This record gives sequence, structure tokens and C-alpha cells, in this order.
Amino acid sequence: MTTQEEPGLYGMMAEFDDPNAVVAAARRTYEAGYRKINAYSPYPIEELSEAIGYRRNYVSLTVLLFGLVGGLGGFALQAWTSAIAYPLNVGGRPLISTPSFIPITFECVVLLAALSAFVGMLAMNRLPQPYHPVFNVPGFNRASQDRFFICVKADDPNFSATGTRAFLEGLGAKEVSDVEK
Amino acid sequence: MNTIYNPPHELRRSRGIAIGVGLIGILVWVIAAVVSGNARETFFQSYLVAFVFWTGISLGCLGWLMIQYLGGASWGVVIRRLLESGAHTLVLMMALFLPIAFLGLHSLYEWADLKAVAESQVLRHKSLYLNTAFFTVRTFIYFTIWLTLLYYLRRWSHQLDETGDPAFIQYAQNLSGPGFVFYGLAATFAGIDWIMSLDPEWFSTIFGLIMIAGQGVSSMAFIISVCMILSWREPMSHVLQPKHFHDLGKLLLALVMLWAYFSFSQLLIIWSGNLPEEIPWFLERFKGNWRYIGVGLILLYFFLPFMLLLSRDLKRNSRRLVIVAWIIILMRFVDLMWMIVPEFEHVHPVRVSGYFVYLAATIGIGGLWLGWFLWQLSQRALLPINDPQLKEALAAGGHH
Repeated sequence: MTTQEEPGLYGMMAEFDDPNAVVAAARRTYEAGYRKINAYSPYPIEELSEAIGYRRNYVSLTVLLFGLVGGLGGFALQAWTSAIAYPLNVGGRPLISTPSFIPITFECVVLLAALSAFVGMLAMNRLPQPYHPVFNVPGFNRASQDRFFICVKADDPNFSATGTRAFLEGLGAKEVSDVEK
Repeated sequence: MNTIYNPPHELRRSRGIAIGVGLIGILVWVIAAVVSGNARETFFQSYLVAFVFWTGISLGCLGWLMIQYLGGASWGVVIRRLLESGAHTLVLMMALFLPIAFLGLHSLYEWADLKAVAESQVLRHKSLYLNTAFFTVRTFIYFTIWLTLLYYLRRWSHQLDETGDPAFIQYAQNLSGPGFVFYGLAATFAGIDWIMSLDPEWFSTIFGLIMIAGQGVSSMAFIISVCMILSWREPMSHVLQPKHFHDLGKLLLALVMLWAYFSFSQLLIIWSGNLPEEIPWFLERFKGNWRYIGVGLILLYFFLPFMLLLSRDLKRNSRRLVIVAWIIILMRFVDLMWMIVPEFEHVHPVRVSGYFVYLAATIGIGGLWLGWFLWQLSQRALLPINDPQLKEALAAGGHH
């Protein structure tokens, strides 16, 4: 069998109407050696991400690092302004009075952590993306309502227009359609 | 009746061990108190720490019992029996309050000493509230409120087991809303009476909430520990899954943050205000060893559990989660020591070795507490077998 790539094809999309069926199908697709696969469902299904070989991403690490940077920066900003730039004696308290710096420090942690979570998520998902081929599949908008989809991409080494179609149909998909580029 | 969720027979032996350890602890505690030189005061001071520690876990169980009815989530179904048994120890704790009420008040509270009251204008003004008779009556009112709530919650839970009529869950939910308000008010007043009034001139309006958060966090840590141990044996080895520990771990994380938030608010407000009637309480705790213990509380009661509990993998792994839970239980004890013991050191400075007696008292009363808890737990099936949510709670997988 040749890995003949059909020009103009993004991949092959299989449609399911049952969450358990899509998880089982995703497992078998992964076991069959396909790696460039993606799955779409109206709500998060933990097993589905595991079934298509989801690996940990770096969002949580990014958030942690930016949170630490925010906390240190927030504390340093207050320490610098009130002890170095404009030393001001407030009721005889120390210039660097840690307890009263904590709320701002905490806010800075939250600010940078939240922003980095949002921006990092967008960047790692390569969003915003005005055009994506999967929307060429008729009825794909039901992926946000009541249908579940598995897409095998054409650049997967095991992909072949006929073989993959037969494989996906064998998984009990309601419908298998080509995804035009 | 369905018997597959009956408790394992090892509970009986564990109960014997718990009571045995408790009696040894009490023996060591009494000996240590006698050896210390002023037996009566040392005995009751350590009694108070142990009493507040274990009553806190009982009350936390009562609070969680009402919250799980109100929330209606599936984590509540798997721990409901543990919460009911934990809260039932309030009966024991009410009995254990009697020695404090009738023999111990003069060894603990400055306001119980009529000579001190006569000398202090503030204490004279407060004596309408802070006097031995009203103090004792109030504590019995608190216990009456808690035990009344518990009586109905347990009664309906029994009836649900027997009849399978889900209306009893509705009754429990209807009671839990207002019941939680009464529980919270009584726990606030109890915190003020039992601990805050040790320094009768000091006040902090957030103190009751700190007490409630401490009760919530220590009881959840206790429940997680019991869940882990029960998961070694049938029937719970088939019931408890990573998703349950995940949920309990999240609640533990929330309560750790809540405790830190309340405690920090108290520090920030009093430290910033720096008023002569408020700040001495903290100044005493910035002195000597208490300063390091305070820093230890921040690091080990907040930062370490907080950082560890952020991890999803840790929360789903009961063996690791339970280590965090044990750290928290230990630090809750240290936190109570930090709140209570400096108040006794005006009169008799305590050497570090003197703190041993507090640990002995807490283990002693803890053994009896655990014995009571295990006795209650062995009475009924470990799961509410007729709860309509039971099937969902036992389903495999991670759906919530």
C-alpha cells in the first residue's frame, strides 16, 4: 500500500453520535498507528484526550512562571517605591512593611498568571485562526451541540484516502467524509 | 437488605487499638502534668488544646455533612457515613466538656478569677458576658444546637436507608441551609468563648471564621485519611476511585486557602491598625519561639500544602494526598498551640519540653475520639445504599 497523498485533502472526518463510541473509536485509531489525529466533542471528555495520545502541554508551567514573576515584580515595585524612590514614614512602620505589601503582591500574581494563561492558551493553540479546513465538513457545526468527530490528518504517514476511509467506517462511524483543504 | 457495603470487620480491632492508645496517652498526660509542678493548670491547659482540636474535627464533619447535602455532589455520597460518624463524636466531646466547665475554668480563664475581675475595669464591664455560669450555659447551648441538627440529619439518613424514599434527602437539604447558619453562629461564639476569651481584653471580629476554616480543613484532612485506609479493604476498595480523592483534594485546597485568607486578614488589619487593645496579642506571638512557629505555620500550613495540592496528579493519588492531609492535621494542632498556649505563659513560662504534655493530651483524647468514631462507623453500611445519587457516585471515569 502506497502512502499516496491526495492533493487538496486535509484529512478524513468520522462522525459519531455517542460519547462512548467516539472514545472507543479514538482508542482503536490510535492503536492502529495513526498519530496525527484530532477529536471534537461538545464538552470535555477526559478519556477522549487520553485516547488520542494527548500529552501534557506547557500552559500550567507558563502560568506558574509568570505568576512567580508577577509576585516578585509586584513586591519589588512596592519595595522600590516606598523604600528607595520615595521613602515615607507611615506611622513608624518599617519602610518595607511586608504584611501591607501582600495584597498587591497577590494581585500581581493573579494578573500575570491569568494573562499568561489566556495568551499562552491562544498561542499554543495557534489561535485566532480565521480559517480551518474541518469546517468544510457538512454538519461539523454539530460538534458544538450533540455530535462527536474524529479527524485523521492527511499528513499522517499511515494515511491513505481509501484505506483510512475503510478503517473509519469499520469503527462504526455514522458518516465518514473527506475534509477539503 | 443489601449488605455488600457493610464495614470490614477490622474496624472492631482498630477501635480497640485506638482506645488503648488513648488510655496510654491519658496516662502519660496525667503523669507529665503531675511532674510539671503545677499539675492542675498544666492538666487543664493541655486539656483545652486537645478538646478544641478534636471538637473542631467533629464540628467540621457536621459542617461538611450539611454542605454535601446542599451541594448534592457525588463526592458527598461516598463520605456521608464518615461525616455522620465524625459528627456523632460531639456527644463524647460534650461529656468531655464537663471537667472543664466544673473544675477547669479557674485554671484557664482570667475572667473566672473574681480578684482579677475586681482589679480590671475592662473585665468588670465584660463580666456580664464573661462569667463562669453564663459561659457553661452557653457552651451547652452550642452543643444543643449542633446535636439537634445532627439528630435530624442522622434520623432522616436512617429512614432513607430503610425506606428508600428520596423525600428524606429533601428534608435533609431543607434543614442544611438554615442549619449551616446556626452551626456557623454557634461555632463563632464557641471560638470566642473557648479561645479568644483567654485574653479577655483582646478581640478580633474574624476569629470565628478562622475557627470554622480550621475545623473545615482539619476534618477534610481527617476524612481523606480515613478514606485512604478504608480503600485498603473491601468494600471501599471497589468504591473509592481517583476521581473521589481528586474532589476531596480540591476541597482541601479550597479550605487551606480560606484559612490562609482569614488568618492573613486578621494579621493585616491588626498589624496595620497597630492599636494598643489589639496588637498585644500578635506582639506576644512575635516573641521567642512563637515567632518561628508562626513562620512555620505560614510555610507548612499554607505554602507547602497549597503548592502540592495544585497538582492534579497528587490529588488523584491517594497515597500522596494523604501525606499532605497528615501535614495539615499536624499543623492544625500547631496552629491551636500557637493561638492558645502563649496566653498561659504570662503566669508560668513554659520550656519547650513542656509542650510535650499538650501532645500527650491530644493523643489521649484523640484515642477516645477515634474509638467513638470507629464504633459509630461499624454500626451501618459504609454507603447510603438507597441514595439516588449512589450509582452516579460509583460510576467509573472522570465525568463530573
